[in-house]
Amino acid sequence: MGVCKEQPGVRVALTGNESLARGALEAGVAYAASYPGSPTAEVLGTLAKVAGQFNLYVEWSVNEKVAMEGAAAASFTGLRSLVVMKADGLNVALDFAGALAISGTRGGMVILVGDDPAAHSSVREEDSRNLCKALHLPILEPSSVQEAKDMTREAFALSEQLKLPVVVRCVTRVCHASGDVKLEEIARPERRPVFGRHDRVITFSIRMHAQLEQKLSRAVDAAGDSAFNSYTGPSEAARLVIASGPSVMYALEALDMLGLSGSVGVLKLGTTWPLPEKLLLSYLETASAVVFAEEVEPFVEDNVMALAAGHWSELGGVRFYGKRSGHVAGPAGAGIGELDPDVLADALAKIFDVPRADPLLLTSLEAEAMLGEKMPDRELALCAGCPHRASFWAIRTALELDGREGIVLGDIGCYTLGIVRTGYYLLQTMHCMGAGVGIAGGLGKLDRFGFNKPVITVVGDSTFYHAAVPALVNARYNRANFLCVVLDNETTAMTGHQPHPGRRTTATGEPADTVPMEDIIRGLNIPYAISDPYNVDATVNAVCEMLEQSGPRVLILRRTCALAAVKGKRKNRVYVDWDKCIGDACGCGRFCSKVFACPANIWDAEHGKARIDEAVCNGCGVCATLCPQQAIVVEGTVE
Amino acid sequence: MSAFREPLNIIITGVGGQGNVLASQVISVAAVEAGYRVVVGETFGVSQRGGSVMSHVRISRDKAYGPLIPRGRAGVIAGFEPLETLRVMVKYANPDTVMIMNDRPNYPLGCLLGEDKYPDPHRIEETIRKIVARVHCLSATELAKEAGSPLAANMVMTGALVGSGLLPFGREYFTKAIELLFKDSVRDLNLAAFELGHRRVAG
Ligand code: SF4
Ligand code: SF4
Repeated sequence: MGVCKEQPGVRVALTGNESLARGALEAGVAYAASYPGSPTAEVLGTLAKVAGQFNLYVEWSVNEKVAMEGAAAASFTGLRSLVVMKADGLNVALDFAGALAISGTRGGMVILVGDDPAAHSSVREEDSRNLCKALHLPILEPSSVQEAKDMTREAFALSEQLKLPVVVRCVTRVCHASGDVKLEEIARPERRPVFGRHDRVITFSIRMHAQLEQKLSRAVDAAGDSAFNSYTGPSEAARLVIASGPSVMYALEALDMLGLSGSVGVLKLGTTWPLPEKLLLSYLETASAVVFAEEVEPFVEDNVMALAAGHWSELGGVRFYGKRSGHVAGPAGAGIGELDPDVLADALAKIFDVPRADPLLLTSLEAEAMLGEKMPDRELALCAGCPHRASFWAIRTALELDGREGIVLGDIGCYTLGIVRTGYYLLQTMHCMGAGVGIAGGLGKLDRFGFNKPVITVVGDSTFYHAAVPALVNARYNRANFLCVVLDNETTAMTGHQPHPGRRTTATGEPADTVPMEDIIRGLNIPYAISDPYNVDATVNAVCEMLEQSGPRVLILRRTCALAAVKGKRKNRVYVDWDKCIGDACGCGRFCSKVFACPANIWDAEHGKARIDEAVCNGCGVCATLCPQQAIVVEGTVE
Repeated sequence: MSAFREPLNIIITGVGGQGNVLASQVISVAAVEAGYRVVVGETFGVSQRGGSVMSHVRISRDKAYGPLIPRGRAGVIAGFEPLETLRVMVKYANPDTVMIMNDRPNYPLGCLLGEDKYPDPHRIEETIRKIVARVHCLSATELAKEAGSPLAANMVMTGALVGSGLLPFGREYFTKAIELLFKDSVRDLNLAAFELGHRRVAG
């Protein structure tokens, strides 16, 4: 909506991810590729929606490395290109990224990396700036939704100036924030890709390393002139906060709350690598106390301290406060988790020895005392009607019937919840995309040492294409012994239902040449079967049967993601027949709510009967097939 | 319309799947349409799937704020679920805060499994009343059913928020935002739900 508005100067409400996409449009991007990952999953989808209008090429790639390679190709022809990933994705693309930094680029190329401090939807807190530094790539770090757009636009220009990809490192608090954004004009460059027979973009001689270092020192000059670095506060401040990303806003607000705005300055760093050295030194000269505010690792902190060490004689005794000193720390400790205005206010109050007037009234304990009860926690759960719950149920049942204490491995997606209660604690490993399949391959070769437990690995459909195929090739080749269960919900559910090579459409909704996973598996000469997880009995049988076989084999459990399936459709009405449901007395162990644990199966304690919350239920009907009393009724047809 | 305090800090809280994010989107689009500056921070548990969720909406005349509200500084808390309303009140409310809460519980897994006990929603409401300036408790899910679907409870709550008279701009900006964001029958459903919520609180 607002993303493609043409009126420059107008303010519209955008999410951070839309703002990043708008920045690329304003820069005249031609090619964009991504593998979906939080917090940046929506950037490519936003561009896909306007691809026709602005003649862009937009693709969901099979993984981040492939996405980056494609975007680099466009840059080699002089087009501007964007590649989007999460921090974990940069690890996947790292090999190519390192080579690309050496070879350099032509048309402006921006690598947008979303870091997820506090790991809201990630398996770990990774600060990608450390890798970007190792890659010799310049980093820009937006601190607000507005800046997400402005920096992305500028990053293309900087990349062209340096002939080097530029990283925009954006954290969850900016990607997933939204706010008013002042628009600028959308560029419509004339696009003629040029790459002739004699063009070469290579990583060859050692001289190129020297060239890369020169590019980086030009980036230092560019950083010095950058409008993204700015200062707020008294002139020649003796007390200074150096902040980057959303921590800039937190620092300003914290100082305001403490009444320190007039006496403590805030130096906002938008170019966090390479550092604007001259600018920093000019502020360090007058400062005697410097506080660092950034997420997650002490990246600016360490590099500024190294810079200061090199200029020790001019600077004299500056004291540094931050993660290294332990002063800037949230409840989990310094350098762990997110910052927020409270963490900074607490830290600054301590460092500068001022009281913190806090309108906070009561603690959880006091509230519980007033309530007279505990406030129960809310754990994560697979959605009501999620086919994965049915799949996990079937696998669990099959393993019990099998009786050999089979091992279950997993990786990244909604089905990661198989490590917690909602997936019956089934998953025993969880590392990164496709890792379960590789680990299963390893376990599946240990029979000679006497390891004889059946091994199951679960993998999502999108993950199958992203990272499972090479592991399956390896397993076929080496005859590893395991069952790979593909939990195929026909979409990339976790990140917002993006399509993948198993779907019939591309990112922009055009028809795609589907690559059915069955074809790949058949091509690998791996035996496979397909079952519908909603049909629990048949699925249990299929798992049991395949557990008896040897070598690598695949069971596809296929059923559309419950959220995608009911979109815009009428759901089945499901209810409990209270004449049949005899609750606690029936001896079913309150199967529906207590054991199967669909969040829509609730317990009516007053009547001692099961009930279904119609606002939550997805109408899948699985509980009805499992209820030992046949007390659950499905009205309508479940196809 | 009451006096506008800069910035107006609104927290929307509930459980994943209740349409929190859409509600905050409607508010932010309305604010921008009305010429205000706004920033929204979404906070969510890993799952976005049945976990606690919270959005921070900060509206101001002309200053940019960070996406997170400091503790104890919420002007309004709109709770889509009683337990989550209480949880958020503890950290963000102060004696001047206005609370708007849906009375319908959404049971955490531990309660469904019979390991934890869900606190009595009336006790929750009483506890909240003891702390803050004003509480509007409504059956948003039931009102949403009246409008056509229990899933529209988020728009009932948005209507109630506007009906509380705390926002510096009128409901016409909200109807406009809903018309911008939704199409066809979903738009009609949301408009009807918004109206019911608005009427319930504004009278
Ligand atoms: S039909 Fe049963 S299992 Fe399926 S969503 Fe509804 S309550 Fe849950
Ligand atoms: S989004 Fe889809 S796949 Fe993920 S938990 Fe919900 S129903 Fe299951």
